[in-house]
Amino acid sequence: MTPTETGAPAAPAPSPMLELLAGFIAELRQAGLPVSLTENLDAMEAVKHIPLEDREAFKYALAATLVKNNAHWRAFETVFEVYFSLRGARYAVGDEAEGDDLDHDADMDAAGGGDEDGKGLQGGGGGEGLTPEELAQLLYQALLDGNDGLMRAIARQAVKRFAGMEPGRPVGGTYYLYRTLRNLDLDSVLDKLLTQARQQAAEDGSPLTPLEERLEADEFQIRIDQLKKEVESEIRRRLVADRGVEAMARTLRKPLPEDVDFMHASREEMGNLRKALYPLTRRLAVRLARKRRHGRKGPLDFRSTVRHSLSYGGVPAEPKFRYPRPHKPEIFVIADISGSVAAFARFTLMLVYAISNQFSKVRSFVFIDGVDEVTRFFEGVEDVTEAVHRVNTEADVIWVDGHSDYGHAFEVFWERWGKEISPKTTVIILGDARNNYHASANWVVKEIRQRARHVYWLNPEPKSYWDTGDSIVGEYATHCDGTFECRNLRQLERFVEQLA
Amino acid sequence: MPEHRFDTVPAVREGLRAVDYLADEGIAGIVYLADRLQKPILVEGPAGTGKTQLAKSVAELTGARLIRLQCYEGLDESKALYEWNYKKQLLRIQAERKDGSTWEDVETDIFSDDFLLTRPLLEAIRADDPVVLLIDEVDRVEVETEALLLEILSDYQVSIPELGTIEARQIPLVFLTSNNTRELSEALKRRCLYLHVDYPDLEREKEIVLRKVPDITDALADQVARIVRSLRQLELKKAPSVSETLDWARTLMLLGVESVDNATAAGTANILLKYQSDIAKAMKEFTDNGNEGKAWARGGPATRA
Repeated sequence: MTPTETGAPAAPAPSPMLELLAGFIAELRQAGLPVSLTENLDAMEAVKHIPLEDREAFKYALAATLVKNNAHWRAFETVFEVYFSLRGARYAVGDEAEGDDLDHDADMDAAGGGDEDGKGLQGGGGGEGLTPEELAQLLYQALLDGNDGLMRAIARQAVKRFAGMEPGRPVGGTYYLYRTLRNLDLDSVLDKLLTQARQQAAEDGSPLTPLEERLEADEFQIRIDQLKKEVESEIRRRLVADRGVEAMARTLRKPLPEDVDFMHASREEMGNLRKALYPLTRRLAVRLARKRRHGRKGPLDFRSTVRHSLSYGGVPAEPKFRYPRPHKPEIFVIADISGSVAAFARFTLMLVYAISNQFSKVRSFVFIDGVDEVTRFFEGVEDVTEAVHRVNTEADVIWVDGHSDYGHAFEVFWERWGKEISPKTTVIILGDARNNYHASANWVVKEIRQRARHVYWLNPEPKSYWDTGDSIVGEYATHCDGTFECRNLRQLERFVEQLA
Repeated sequence: MPEHRFDTVPAVREGLRAVDYLADEGIAGIVYLADRLQKPILVEGPAGTGKTQLAKSVAELTGARLIRLQCYEGLDESKALYEWNYKKQLLRIQAERKDGSTWEDVETDIFSDDFLLTRPLLEAIRADDPVVLLIDEVDRVEVETEALLLEILSDYQVSIPELGTIEARQIPLVFLTSNNTRELSEALKRRCLYLHVDYPDLEREKEIVLRKVPDITDALADQVARIVRSLRQLELKKAPSVSETLDWARTLMLLGVESVDNATAAGTANILLKYQSDIAKAMKEFTDNGNEGKAWARGGPATRA
């Protein structure tokens, strides 16, 4: 590998490269990443300075110039994989029209990858001749040794054998992934590995302590995750070869964490959301604290100024100002935690509690068709996640059948806690107002509004779905000070900031 | 075109290794690019992953002087860029009064280099010797103050109304670090290369421990790195940073521990984790049967026996 020498102004990059980069950047923008023109130019400049054969370096150069937010890294990586998966010698797969060629290539790579680590699949294209048992044995061995090359080879072989990919078949990558992983049966492999480790240790005369065992388990889990990633990228590579870059990029396009819809997030996306939430709360807390500190300029306090002027013989030498004391609102959160909107309620509760020092008091209530106060779960608890988990498992929210009944829940709430709402209280109601055609009891919201400082309704559904089917958010909205669509972290953050 | 500081990416990596900073591919690559493209690097990442140390190590590697601007709320021009030395100016004016020099003379005189107090940013620009400029924790200043930095970051120059524009004598390597307590402005991000420094992977962390903790055995370093990696996968309030890993490894050395077991881990967990709830959670995960079910149950009694 010879690095491009750029002591002198670099020769203009070959135009295919420029075109490729332009397409790449267009796709990044489509995925929601803000890439400015300067950053675009920087990327073009940057790739001149690094050896193009070095894929990792190329990736980092693009990332450093184009991605300025760590939360966007995953989106970038996906687009990168799609755009550049077929480039570079060791990543190539043959044309989809020549099925044989594809197999051949994969095998060549399999052998090559293995050899690097000194442990090839015996007999070159041996991947082909292996029985499933032998493949399973190889997989086990690779995981045991943490042999990356062998693992990559096995991933390819497994995809070829189990995924059943056919050109032009209109199914998503997840389908192939599922098929491949089911055949590899990684869970039982993990069990086997752990048993093996335990036996090994016992034979050596020093049985594993729980700690050691845990570490072993983590280690194997990480290797297995890596294998899954290999399988995934192999499938993606083949799909790109089949369908072309643009089409693949479009199907793989995923929203950024802050734009993920609460109601339709996958489990993986939920995990990412949770991770994104913590830095967000910290940022929010810092911002709110600053706002409070800076917003301290009041009008002249005439009375106080005159009073103080007496000590200067009546000359108002020291003007006094009236410092506004920003009120800290008291918050009542009333959240629907039935299945459809549970995730939304969870995130909102976590966010509100994470910045609870901005409020004088936070009380929370959850309901499905019954209602229960859950403030006690949050009191004196450092770990909000834990508290939210307890809310979901311990709160007494089922009255009859466990289907949302806003009307009944509100009536009970009013009866039991209505009197505790004071003019200092801001009430936030979370829910999609899908009431299963029960009575709405919207008079409760009206009463609450008369007592409370503000009543807000947050709805995790897109606005266009409101008041369709059994959604009666409109009936409640007439009695609220504001009704907000709150589908993702971005919208939630905006609302909470304005609240405090 | 100025001399480049580095020839290749591996050279950067090797150089940093020589000054005891173990960079991965990405870090070395971006430092190299920053030199070639003459752009500042914005380094973000969790606390304690060696963001500031990177700037220090690069300075050491290139034999440059490190100029550091620590940001804080309320930082302003006179602390970051330059300030006129009022007292000296006053003295000068009073001294002038005796000989009958004209107003113009005095004015040009008191707004000259002699009366200028340079602050870190201006100092970095005016330096003749090679410098590395470190703007630490840039997320602490207000959004409005960020604007102060823009001119210097994109054009390597500072405009002083009375003196005109001062251009850099040599292009310094600039590092900005941020703990991400707030979103930095687009204008600032656009001018920088972005580097996210995350916790190191197992191999690198082990190597760091081996290098920074004298006399530690390979086996113990490996175990330390593994435990820390497992801890970081839990959902904690604050995951252990690299510096905490090192502290822990040193503690274990002082205690004469050769291999970590549950009791040692429990006794020294407060060095790695700084919240009681985190410690409790980690203890629970590592000693309980937890989710792993049967696997753990069998391992448990064996040790106690």
